[in-house]
Parts: sequence; structure tokens; C-alpha cells
Amino acid sequence: MSNMMYRAAVLSTIMEEMERDPNVVVLGEDVVGGMGTEGGPEAIGGIWSTSTGLYDRFGATRVIDTPISESAIIGAAAGLALSGKRPIAELMFADFIGVSLDQIWNQIAKFRYMFGGKTRCPAVIRMAYGAGYNAAAQHSQSVHQILTGMPGLKVVMPTTPADVKGLLRTAIRDDDPVIFLEHKALYATTGEVPDDRDFMIPFGHARLSRAGGDVTIISSGLLLGMCEAVADKLKGEGIGCDVIDLRTTSPLDEETILDSVEVTGRVVVVDEAPPRCGLGADLCALVAEKAFSSLKAPPLQVTPPHTPIPFARELESAYLPSVDKIEAAVRRVLAWR
Amino acid sequence: MQLSREALLAAYRQMKIIREFEERLHVEIQTGEIAGFTHLYCGQEAVAVGVCEHLSPADKIVSTHRGHGHCLAKGCDVDDMMKEIWGSRDGLCKGKGGSMHIADVTKGMLGANGIVGAGAPIAVGAALASRVDGPGPDGLKIAIAFSGDGACNQGTTFEAMNLAAVTKAPCIFVFENNHYSEHTGVSYAVGTNQDIASRAEAFGMKAWRADGTDFFAVHDTMREVLEYVRAGNGPAAVEFDTERFFGHFEGDPQRYRGPGELDRIRATRDCLTRFRASVKGAGLLSHADLDAVDDDVMAAIEGAVAAARAAARPTPEDVLADVYIAY
Ligand SMILES: Cc1ncc(C[n+]2csc(CCOP(=O)(O)OP(=O)(O)O)c2C)c(N)n1
Ligand SMILES: [Mg+2]
Repeated sequence: MSNMMYRAAVLSTIMEEMERDPNVVVLGEDVVGGMGTEGGPEAIGGIWSTSTGLYDRFGATRVIDTPISESAIIGAAAGLALSGKRPIAELMFADFIGVSLDQIWNQIAKFRYMFGGKTRCPAVIRMAYGAGYNAAAQHSQSVHQILTGMPGLKVVMPTTPADVKGLLRTAIRDDDPVIFLEHKALYATTGEVPDDRDFMIPFGHARLSRAGGDVTIISSGLLLGMCEAVADKLKGEGIGCDVIDLRTTSPLDEETILDSVEVTGRVVVVDEAPPRCGLGADLCALVAEKAFSSLKAPPLQVTPPHTPIPFARELESAYLPSVDKIEAAVRRVLAWR
Repeated sequence: MQLSREALLAAYRQMKIIREFEERLHVEIQTGEIAGFTHLYCGQEAVAVGVCEHLSPADKIVSTHRGHGHCLAKGCDVDDMMKEIWGSRDGLCKGKGGSMHIADVTKGMLGANGIVGAGAPIAVGAALASRVDGPGPDGLKIAIAFSGDGACNQGTTFEAMNLAAVTKAPCIFVFENNHYSEHTGVSYAVGTNQDIASRAEAFGMKAWRADGTDFFAVHDTMREVLEYVRAGNGPAAVEFDTERFFGHFEGDPQRYRGPGELDRIRATRDCLTRFRASVKGAGLLSHADLDAVDDDVMAAIEGAVAAARAAARPTPEDVLADVYIAY
């Protein structure tokens, strides 16, 4: 085991997979940083420090610093993947899927199906998502809600450094296209990470981060930590929470969710994306359809409101889910008789 | 064409306001009081002002993430902008947008923009609206898309230029080449031999090139460009060679710069220093005239910061307002 930051887990996994497989190629804006300047390549090394040193190690044919052209970045990843390579494309901010959506949605996601199962498109599209930095409406969004609804894509949103390691390796070796969502506020968090260069976590296997049996709280990403804080607090009052970290929203580990809900009968889904047609709605529908007879209370979701993300500090914190809001929702489902 | 004394003083004041607005933000941001991402326009003032001094509120501009200069030059209120950057509910966008999303459509300022390359198509739309309205006594109202050397690599910018060309939209693509997009040099990222204007020419547009650190070069060039576009000849493009004095964003370590580069560009390519030298050299304005403007500007910035600090903070209920007009 090694103790490392979430961002270091991203970088080291890419580094290891590039060493292992010469077909792995990285591309994105400023992934080298400093191209065409006096400071030279690697002067900055990627704004999230998730690609530092790759260019020095693997050179310009496998580490491609791109102009600001998101459509071309994702389209090129599609072409690389159809040509036997394993591209890892980076969108600096998840919000920029807007610029490249055709290539993600109409191209990459659909090739396998449209071509009658005769091709594979093993592209990984990494992106930094999430609010908390007062970066306002176009630099703070959580996009799993949009991408999870697209058949053909797998969608991963790791919470811990170990999960980054295991899930990113799985993503890179997977033959289907994978969206890999990295929460900005988790980049500097640390944790124990297995050293095994073949350590992988399969998709569609949620992690039970707290076991309690009275109520089920489901989340992934930054907000999982808040759910755990609520669980730890309520434990002191003798209330047991199951906290489920989904890890992947597509495929979805229905079994872990339903197993828990069949015991607790009470569910709170906590998500950073807006409420309409989102993860909360999806999971509430799942338990209503498949665990109806176990339910003791209506399932609740804790999400931001149906608004864009505001700039000012007071507004953004009012907008986002918080420990208090999660605790209040948990108490509401517990109080339901 | 010689500018009047009033016009010279007004132009100098606008450039100085932008400079001091940004210099002050650079200091204030380090105290942690201002939230979010801020991209400062220092060094490029002559472009925003040399362009916008020709415009009326009926003319439209669309800006970028580095938008403070364009906003101020197009007439956005200094105090209201400062309040917005501070996140006040009395800010120009009620604290919803912040630095990257300042807009005042009543002034013809259709928004700074967090998405690189998003602005050019919007400017084409504004120009097409002007085509619907038809020319007034001074010709057509125009729309200007400000874009950086990085934004010129977006497909949206290319599509916008072609759409403007085929519709003869009265749109002007102003490219501010400050040699960097984030941490990447223009020689790496722009394939056309560092020449952005030639791209516009390839779309069938007339293009101009000028020194963006020389207010008079910008202003004279824009007079020609505007005459051409207002007359209904279709779109045009201008590439201004300019400099950014601070990092890409506040907090950028700027390791991509060469040794002494910042000192050199501040010493030789400062549009304000160059303006002062040329108006004094030509005997148009005196030391005292310019110093009086400086004093006035410093007081205005001081006042704006004080107003921003004292301004009302937003409340949690404000989150829900203004998503729709009616719902
Ligand atoms: C679609 C999109 N891609 C990437 C970014 C991140 N980004 C913000 S500014 C910038 C560089 C823009 O360079 P340029 O157009 O030259 O403008 P300058 O910063 O020099 O004013 C980048 C890559 C973004 N905001 N939007
Ligand atoms: Mg630039």
C-alpha cells in the first residue's frame, strides 16, 4: 500500500498503463503545458497535475497537447480508438462536454451498436467536475446525470484514491467507452492505495462504506464524505446508516442497493447534479419498482435545486447539498410512520 | 484623423480605469476576499478601448473569460462590476455570474463568457439582428466578437466566420493575440504560422492587422474597419498583437514565460505609457492633464472597492430567482 493523493492516483495509473501498453495515448488541452513557449514543454504539466511528466516519458506521439478544440479532441479520441489505440482524452472541465457533445453522444457512445457489434471504441474521457470553488455556472457542473442516460457509455465517479486507481485501470483496459469523472475538491484528498500494478475494481460494484441497517444513504464523489459524517453522527444516537458509494452510475449496482433497502426500508439519495431526470430520480424509481414492499417511507433525494450554479459564496453554499441538509432528510425518512 | 482633446482624455481615462481596476483586483484577490476564477485584462487595454470608443450602445459586443476590459470599455458601471466580482446581490448580475459572466445588454454588452469560443457565433446572431433592422443614418449597427488566440482554434469560431461571410452579417471578429492560451504558446497552437487574420481571409473576409499596444493604431484601424462594415460590405476581421501582464488566471505561476519577459513587456509594450508619451510628444495633452485623470481614476476605483465591500450580500432565497421569466 502507498498513501497518495487522488490526483496522484490518476497520474500514476495513467503512467503505469502507458508503460504496460504502447497503445495507450493521452490527449487534451495543456496536458503537457508550456508547448510553444520559452518555458518549454512541461513548464506547467497539466492544470490538475494529472499528466505531469507523461510527455517527458512518452513523447509527443503518445502525449498530445491539443489546441482549444474540444470537438476535435473527442473526435480524435474516437478515431484513435477505432484504429486500435486506447486514448485517454482529458476535458479540463466537465462543463466543456457541451462543446464536444456530438462526438461523445452521437459518435463514441453509438459505434458499437450502430455497427452491429462489429467494432470496439475503447476511449476513456476524463474530466474534472463539481462545485465548491465559486467558479459559477460554466465551470462547476456535475455531468453524470446527462452522460449516464446515454446508452453505450460507462460512467465512473470515484470517491477515494484507491477507487481512482482500481477504476481508472479498469476504464483504460475496458473495451467500451468510459467517462471518468474526477471531483475537483477530491484531487487533494489522500488515502491508502494498493501497489499491485494489476489492481482493478470491476464496474457495477458499489462499495458499502458504512453498514448500519436502519436507513440507506446512496451517493458518490465529494458528497459521499458528507453522508459518512451524517452516518457517524447518527451512530452516536443509536441509528445505523448504510452508506453506499455507487462508484459507477453506468453500469449500476442494483443488487447492493436493493439488498440494503430490503433491510432498511428507508432511502435517501444524495447527488450534486440537479434533481430533474437525475440520479436521485433514477434510484428512487428503482426502489419504488423493485423494493416497493420493503419501503417504510417515501424515498427522498437531496440535490441542488433546479437552477444553474450561482457564483457568490453564500449562493453556492445555499445551492449545494450539505451535512445539515442530508441529516435533515435522513431524519425525515426515519420519522415517517 | 486627429482626436479632440475631450476624446483623448476620455480614451485615456477608460484605459486607465481598466488598468487600475485590474491592478486592484490583483491585490484584493490575494487577500482571499474575492471568490472564484479571475482572469485579468491588464496589458490589453488599448484594444478594448480603441475598439469600443467608436461604438454606440446600439452596437453589440460579445466578450470572453478575460472580459473586464471589454465590459468597462463598453460602458458597464464600474461600481456595479466591482460589486459583481465581490458577489453582492447589488452587483451587475446580482452575484449570480461573477467575473467570468459580467453582462449588461442595455449597454450592448452581451456577456463575458466562461466557454472559450462561445462568443463568436453569438456575435454573428447579433449582427444578423442588425441586418433585420437595416441601416440607420450612420449605417448598420454592428456586432463585435472578441476572441483570443486560443479561441480562434475552436470550431465555433470557424463556423461563425463562415456564417457571417455567407450572410454578409455586419460582424467584426477582433482577435487579441496575446501569444498565449493558458500555458500554451501561439506558435504551437495556431497552425497558420502565428497568423490568425489569414484565417478570416480564408473565409472570404477582409482582414486588418495592427499593434494592439498602440491605442492610436487600434483606433485608426477600427475607424476603417467600422466604415467598411457599417456600409454593408459584410463581416471583417482584425488581429491585434498584444500582451497580457498577469498570469492566465490569478494564481498562475507563469513558468512558461521566458526570463525577464514580464519586465520587458511592461517596459516596452505598455499601452498606457505609450499613450502618454505620444500625446505629450505631440503637445496634445500635458502631464497635468493626464495626472488629473489618474487621480480621478484612483478615487473611482477606491470608491468602487469600498462600495463593493459595503454592498448587500445575497440570501439563500436568491438562488431560486431568475432561472426563468415565468415558470
Ligand atoms: C471550451 C473551453 N475550453 C477550455 C477552457 C479553459 N480555458 C479558459 S481560458 C483558456 C485559454 C484561452 O486562450 P485565449 O483564447 O488566447 O484567451 P486569453 O486567455 O489569452 O485571453 C482556456 C483553455 C474554457 N474555458 N472553455
Ligand atoms: Mg491568448
